[in-house]
Amino acid sequence: MKVTITVNGKTHESEVEPRTLLVQYVRDTLGLTGTNIGCDTSSCGACSLHLNGESVKSCTLLAAQADGGTVTTIEGLANGDVMHPMQKAFMDNHGLQCGFCTPGMVMAAIGLLNENPNPTEEQVRIGLEGNLCRCTGYHNNVKSVLACANEK
Amino acid sequence: MIPAPFDYKRASSAAEAISLIGEYGDESKFLAGGHSLLPLMKLRLAQPSMLIDIGRIQDLSYIRDAGDHIAIGALTRHMDVEKSPVLAEHAPLLAHAAGHVGDPQVRHRGTIGGSIAHADSASDLPATTLALGATYVAQGPNGTREIAAADFYKGFLESALAPDEMLTEIRVPKMNGASWGFQKFNRRAQDWAIVGVAAWKRGTESGVALVNMGSVPVLATSVATAIAGGASIADAAQLAAAEAEPQSDLNASAEYRVHLAQVLVRRALESNNA
Repeated sequence: MKVTITVNGKTHESEVEPRTLLVQYVRDTLGLTGTNIGCDTSSCGACSLHLNGESVKSCTLLAAQADGGTVTTIEGLANGDVMHPMQKAFMDNHGLQCGFCTPGMVMAAIGLLNENPNPTEEQVRIGLEGNLCRCTGYHNNVKSVLACANEK
Repeated sequence: MIPAPFDYKRASSAAEAISLIGEYGDESKFLAGGHSLLPLMKLRLAQPSMLIDIGRIQDLSYIRDAGDHIAIGALTRHMDVEKSPVLAEHAPLLAHAAGHVGDPQVRHRGTIGGSIAHADSASDLPATTLALGATYVAQGPNGTREIAAADFYKGFLESALAPDEMLTEIRVPKMNGASWGFQKFNRRAQDWAIVGVAAWKRGTESGVALVNMGSVPVLATSVATAIAGGASIADAAQLAAAEAEPQSDLNASAEYRVHLAQVLVRRALESNNA
């Protein structure tokens, strides 16, 4: 089937199998491998990206469900060499260790601030419940999100 | 993991969806948010040959004040249930429970109708709507019918919906100031409940339902009967598992689940949320 999806500002028309997952579509069809596949069961959040402005888990969505929609992946955040404020906050606050969860964590964190621009620490912790860090680097993830919120 | 191959059709109305499922029959499934169905398909526990995507039927996403109850379109997402001012006022227990389904990403996609039609006893919203005495509306080729939540859950992932019927609306009686509590015992924030409890109380009237205490969501009628008869919350809560047939699994033995149910029912009924 044909799907038309705008990813990071560019509209793509692609022929996909109906069973193609959105994460496969961005990674394999478009070659955007910044979005990771972790648990593949919608638990860990490594595959988080934005669909129509909201954070979603792309391992549990069909590309067909995103047909006609707008997707932002981690590759779509920076403006040239200038990092997105959330990326910079993660860098400044050591918000990553091995880095595997980071793309999903950053996308979930941006989604969180879109919905609640001035969260408390507890709200950040609850808001990131869908993202697991296998290095258990949560304290600095939370610190990064709060730093980004405070900068705005 | 990738699901086995299937064909895909998108329905733009409930009538079209019902006509399509009539055409493709047993081998087809409705796809709403997909957050229950797609994981099963990836594990090959479900292998429909046709998916009928109902996720874009806009007119089934709504939350309306309908007098004595709130009418919720089956395709209303968990996030919209959680944040609804109408539900915050008239059925705060449901809004609160919806905020505990999965995590924000899941709540952006999963729908209340999908969760109920999937009929998983470990899910939060089947038990919560059961506790509230909800009525579900099913639409089929010959029109619509109402099904009481108490008559809906038939077995593990099995509901009273006929193969050619679609759940279209959930009707939740207004809580009219009842106190309520929601207890979800789990190991990680986003996990399924090992045991969960949704409960409300107004004087000697109450409703209590249990999550993950058997193959179907359980209405704890013995607790409500005891409270109606003047028993204390602590005494009534001892009867929490009277209607349940809990299973043992990696997370908890059946005996431990019974203990959890008693403690959580007491806590839920003692909650002062209103």
